[in-house]
Order: sequence, then structure tokens, then C-alpha cells
Amino acid sequence: MLRKVTLLAAALVLVGGPALAAAKVREPNEIAFSFEGPFGRYDQAQLQRGYKVYREVCSACHSMNLVAFRNLGDAGGPFFDPKYPNPNDNPVVKALAADTQIGDIDGETGDAIKRPGIPADKFPAPFANDAAAKASNGGVAPPDLSLIAKAREGGPAYIASLIAGFGTPPAGLTVPAGLNYNPYFPGDVSANWTGDHAHTPPGGFIAMAPPLTADQVTFDDGTKSTIKQQAEDVAAFLMWTAEPKMEERKHMGFSVLIFLILFSGLLYASYRRVWRDESH
Amino acid sequence: MSGHSTYQPKTGFERWLDARLPIIRLGHDSFVDYPTPRNLNYWWTFGGILSLCLGVQIITGIVLAMHYTPSAAGAFNSVEHIMRDVNYGWLLRYMHANGASMFFIAVYIHMLRGVYYGSYKAPREVLWILGCVIYLIMMATAFMGYVLPWGQMSFWGATVITNLFSAIPVVGPAITTWLWGGFAVDNSTLNRFFSLHYLLPFMIAGVVILHVWALHVVGQNNPTGIDPKSKSDTLPFTPYATVKDGFAMSLFLILFAVFIFYMPDSLGHPDNYTPANPMVTPPHIVPEWYFLPFYAILRAVPDKLMGVLAMFGAIACIFALPWLDTSKVKSMRYRPQARIYFFFFLVACVILGFCGAKLPDAQVIPGLTTVFVIDYDLNTFVWLSRLSTLYYFAYFLVVMPVLGLTEKPLPTPETISSPVLGVETKD
Ligand code: HEC
Ligand code: HEM
Repeated sequence: MLRKVTLLAAALVLVGGPALAAAKVREPNEIAFSFEGPFGRYDQAQLQRGYKVYREVCSACHSMNLVAFRNLGDAGGPFFDPKYPNPNDNPVVKALAADTQIGDIDGETGDAIKRPGIPADKFPAPFANDAAAKASNGGVAPPDLSLIAKAREGGPAYIASLIAGFGTPPAGLTVPAGLNYNPYFPGDVSANWTGDHAHTPPGGFIAMAPPLTADQVTFDDGTKSTIKQQAEDVAAFLMWTAEPKMEERKHMGFSVLIFLILFSGLLYASYRRVWRDESH
Repeated sequence: MSGHSTYQPKTGFERWLDARLPIIRLGHDSFVDYPTPRNLNYWWTFGGILSLCLGVQIITGIVLAMHYTPSAAGAFNSVEHIMRDVNYGWLLRYMHANGASMFFIAVYIHMLRGVYYGSYKAPREVLWILGCVIYLIMMATAFMGYVLPWGQMSFWGATVITNLFSAIPVVGPAITTWLWGGFAVDNSTLNRFFSLHYLLPFMIAGVVILHVWALHVVGQNNPTGIDPKSKSDTLPFTPYATVKDGFAMSLFLILFAVFIFYMPDSLGHPDNYTPANPMVTPPHIVPEWYFLPFYAILRAVPDKLMGVLAMFGAIACIFALPWLDTSKVKSMRYRPQARIYFFFFLVACVILGFCGAKLPDAQVIPGLTTVFVIDYDLNTFVWLSRLSTLYYFAYFLVVMPVLGLTEKPLPTPETISSPVLGVETKD
């Protein structure tokens, strides 16, 4: 009796799990990122390429307010160099920062000025404020990308699929002006679909135009700059900006687990010893 | 506390202190010499684990508070500052955020242990009520803590839950405004939640002391539900219980560490990594997992006020348990029928948890349309919640009182030692 009920409950739970919502969306592609799994680490070359894509393409629209140039030289970061444990001394980081113009106040006159960046500066934002960001992007402000990889279901795989996944909209779909069809973007296109309603295309309309074209970014390490490559590299970089301490975390976790397992073993041995003469 | 103290001060200082403040004696009597039933199983280690959880939350919380900014403008970024710039800040925050979940895992096991073995029955009613008070304050603390990072789910969760009070007739809206400190969840709400989130754990610690005091007056229950009759039924707390609790804590810490280091965000919601925005409502507002069964009960009732009453009623039932259960036998080991109803109760709670995470009108079995009852098709999560809610209340209000009078329990042993020294019973 009990067993039957358990099976029934399990079946209900299993069936209940993937309940379909009314609007469909395409599942992100399977991408084998180097940082997956308990021992996964960031691929530094990939982070460097991803940073280049962000800096040359995405940063025209998207801010990244939580990340400073110095972070690029932190352990686990794209330009970490063991020679410079203090990232503020790292020449690559310094050069990248100095190559930007940062808004500041002149200490003498109080005037608003622009000066070359230093490693302590946060990445400059493309728009002065949210209203300006909206005005330039058809009324939708591009979200800050610092945490985007943790703020979206599917994380980096979703981002890579989304930005490389535009393609031509299926015939029968009217794309509203200023928007773009993307099968990976959650939404509902049924109101704009003239075809068979049982086969409404998945996905939704997004205010971001397809940002990537092949060879738009030249990778310094000679990697072929396909759209897919750029998308995966920038997605990996965005994972790093969202979770810069991941390598440190996994590394410490390994030692902690080894310790706890040994410690538990010791405690179990003590327990057996203390209780050896007591029936219970 | 119960019985005669065997503490012998050893040094001159201990003798001096013992005559003035017998605090070492108190510790000795409570945690060294204290007699524990010799047949306690691992379900009895969760009390110690819960103390560990409270300690972890308080210590990590105090350090987090040193770096956290309780303001609508600064909260989100200060949490990210902790994650990025504070030394081991990510560790503190992941310990604290996952620690809350661990705390609830432990408290649910601890409470279900109490239900199964009848630990709430005389003379342990006050002990049980104090435990329920701890659980209630824990829920308040965790709810307010989740608001502090001021992400989208923080903000909208706070909005949904505080709005529940507006369902109270006449004074509801005034109470809600009073809770908010304004006309919406805003900076003043965040500030008071931070203040209370800092305060409540210390109130929990206070109630824990009462809880342990009550425990040491009446003594621990045990898997047989038979109170110890002689010295051969018990063993001193130290070393027997200390080493067993220590081992269990260490295993629990392994689970905790797996979450902290390898899946730190798995129990959270991605939306909480987007800063709070009162202008953008997330498509699907869900509370933390440990509130889901109650959330499902709330939404199972079509009327808002009745829903709120049902939700609080669900908690009130737990408080009233000592007086709802009429059975003279404590442990379900000797109550085969009660065991079956208990099993269904567990299933109902898990199903409620699932329902709480789903949209009410989503289909349980995809693509199947059945009959439309009142407001929804029968094959929807709202109806599944309703059935489970019904069972939840029936378990407390019908099964507990009636079964105790009608069932035929198995024979119970004379003493703790007779079953354990004789034939082994399972579970
Ligand atoms: C021309 C401006 C522009 C550029 C360049 C651009 N984006 Fe966007 N992006 C937007 C806008 C506008 C939105 C908001 C879309 C919406 O919500 O409909 C957006 C949204 C997004 C989102 C969030 C999607 C979601 O799930 O809400 C991601 C991720 C994203 N962009 C990544 C990128 C990346 C990576 C790049 C660089 C390769 C990039 N964008 C380049 C304008 C841009
Ligand atoms: C009963 C014990 C406690 C519980 C169950 C609890 C629970 C929580 C939860 C669920 C969060 C949100 C975590 C997140 O998603 O980021 C949180 C945040 C926070 N808590 Fe606690 N907490 C407890 C004790 C304390 C104490 C004692 C303090 C301080 C003295 C404290 C300070 C904070 C601070 C500053 C935050 C915001 C930082 C953050 O979000 O990580 N907590 N708490």
C-alpha cells in the first residue's frame, strides 16, 4: 500500500516538474564551458577574448558598474599575472584603464572634466543616466551586465545562445518596429503570428539588435572570430564578472570538504569507541 | 537541573566561583552529567545542529552587517561590495544565505521528529510551544533577511507578503502602511527590516535558552516514547551524546559546504541579482523554498482574507498539536495506523511545496484538460494545492483527535532498556 502511494507521488512530482507554460521559449544550447563542474576554472585566454568583445561591442550600450579595471588583474581574472599580485601595478591593466576617458571633477576649479582612467576606476558607462540609455535604445534601457550571468535562468549558456541566436524571423511573423525576433528570449509572439497557432514560434521580441557580426572583433591570440566564438567568449567573460571569486571558492571548498570528511571519520571512530560497551 | 547535582569544584577558583555564581555547575549539570536516554537515534542530533546553525547565522550576520548598507540606494551594491571587495566576503555571504536554508532543513527534520515520536505530549507541551515560537521568529527573521539584498525578489516578495495584512477588515490598510513606514515598500521598510533582522536572532537565542531549560526539566523523549525509569535507561550527556552530536554536525557541515562552495546560488532566485525596481514586476514572484508550502496554502483559498487565515491557521495547528492528539501512546513505532497518516502528511507537505513554486493555473499533467470546477480545471496546481491543504488540516483537526480514540496501538515496552537490550526493533 505504502509503496504504491510512494510511486504515485513520485509520478505526480515527475509529471508536474516540466509543466509547460503557455508561451514557449527555445532552451539554451548545450555549451561546454571550462568553468563548469567542481574543478572547472576560467580559461584565461577566453576571458581576454570575451573582454575584448565586451569592450569593443557591448559596452557601446551596456554598462558594467560593478567592475573596476583593477579587477581584470585579480587572481582568476583575464589579465592576472603572478608577477603583479597587486593588480594596480599590472601594466596591461594600467594601459587598458589609461585608454579610456573617465568623467571627474577638477579639484582646483570644480569643473566637470575627462581624464585618462586608472586601475581603480570602474568601467565607464555608455550613458549618463537611465533616461539617456532608454532614449538611445527605443525606450528600453540595456541592462547592466555586471551580474547578468547570475540574473538569468540558464546563465552563460543562455547569454551565448541569445546573442548568437537571432537569425531571420520565420515567414508569417510580423516583427514590430524597433524590436527583433529571438527564439531564446522569453516572451510571447502569438499576437504577431499569422501562421498555424499550434506552431507559434518560440521566443519573443527583444529591443537589442543582433550585436555580433563575424570578424567584427579581431582576437589577439589568432582565434577565428566567428559569431559563435565571440558569443561564447563574451558569455564566459560575463560569468567571470558575475562570479569573480569562483576559482577561489571551488579551491577552498575542496580543502574544506577533505577536512570535513577526515574530521567526520575521526568523530565516527571516537563515537564507536565511546559507545563500544553500551548497547543502544 | 533535574535531580541532584554531582558537580565537584576542583580548583580553588571553581570553589570560589561556585559559592557566588554556580555557572560552571549549571554547565556541568546541563551538558556533561545530564542523563540522556540511551536509545536516542540520529533524528535526535538535530537539536545540536540547530544550535550550530544559529551560531553560524549570528556570527556571519554580524560580520556582514559591518559591511552592509541598509538603504534602498546602497543595499544592493553593498552586498556586491561584500561579494567582490571584502576579504572572504563571498564566503560570509554564501554561508549566511545558504545557512538560512540549512537552518530550515534542520528545523523541519527536528519538528517532524517531534511529531513522529510524540515529543509534544505531556509533560512536554511547553517545550513544544517554545519550539514553535522559535520557528515563528525564524520565519520572520528569514523573511526580513531576504529583503536586505534589495534585489527584485527581495522587493516583490516583501510587497506580496506585507500586502497580506491589508486583507484584515477595517484596520488592514492602516496596518500595512504602518509596517511599511510609508505608502509602499521603500527605504523605511528596508531600514526597519534590517533593524529587526538584527534583533530577532537574539530573541531566538533567548527562547532557545528557555527551550533547553524546559527540556532539562522534563527530560528528552526517545524513540520508544517511554520515559526513563532507572539509571540503566540513560547515559551521561558527555561523552555519549556529545560525540554522537558532533559526528552528526560534521556530516551536516559537509552538506552545508557542498552548497556554499559548489552550488551557492542554487537555492536562490536569479531575479535577486537584479536590483529592486518598483516599476518592473517579475513575471513570477516566489518566496524562498522553506515558505512554499504555506504560500501554496495561501493561494489555494480563493478569498484573500480566508487565504491569510488559512496560512496562519496552518501554523496555529502546529502550536495546538499537544491538545489535538488524543493518543496515550507517544511514539508512532507502536501506532501502525498513525504511521500511514503521517506518511501522507509528509507527501502533502512536499506536494504543497511544489505547488507553491508553480503558477496556480499551470497544468499538473501537461496537455490534459479535465473538468472545470468552480474557478479552475481540476488538472491545475491550484486544485492540487487545495486537495493537499485539505489533507494538511484534516491531519491535525480530524486524524489526530479521532485516531487516538479509535486505533489499536501495539503493546509498548515496560522500560527503554527492555526493547533495546532484548529484541531489536527497527527504525
Ligand atoms: C545597440 C545597443 C546594444 C548593443 C551593442 C548590445 N546590446 Fe544587449 N541589449 C540592448 C538592449 C536595448 C537590451 C534590452 C532588450 C530588452 O529587454 O528588450 C539588451 C539586452 C541584453 C541582454 C539581456 C537579455 C534578457 O534576458 O533580458 C543581454 C544578456 C545582452 N543584451 C547582452 C549583450 C551582449 C553580450 C552584447 C555584446 C556582444 C550586447 N548585449 C550588445 C542593447 C544592446
Ligand atoms: C536566525 C538567524 C538568521 C537567519 C535565518 C537569517 C537569514 C537571512 C537571509 C535569508 C538573508 C538573505 C541572504 C541573501 O539572499 O543574500 C539574510 C541577509 C542578511 N543578514 Fe541574516 N539571518 C539570521 C541572522 C542574522 C544576524 C544575527 C545578523 C546580524 C547581526 C544578520 C545580518 C544580515 C545581513 C547584514 C544581511 C544582508 C547581506 C546579505 O544579503 O547577504 N543576519 N539573512
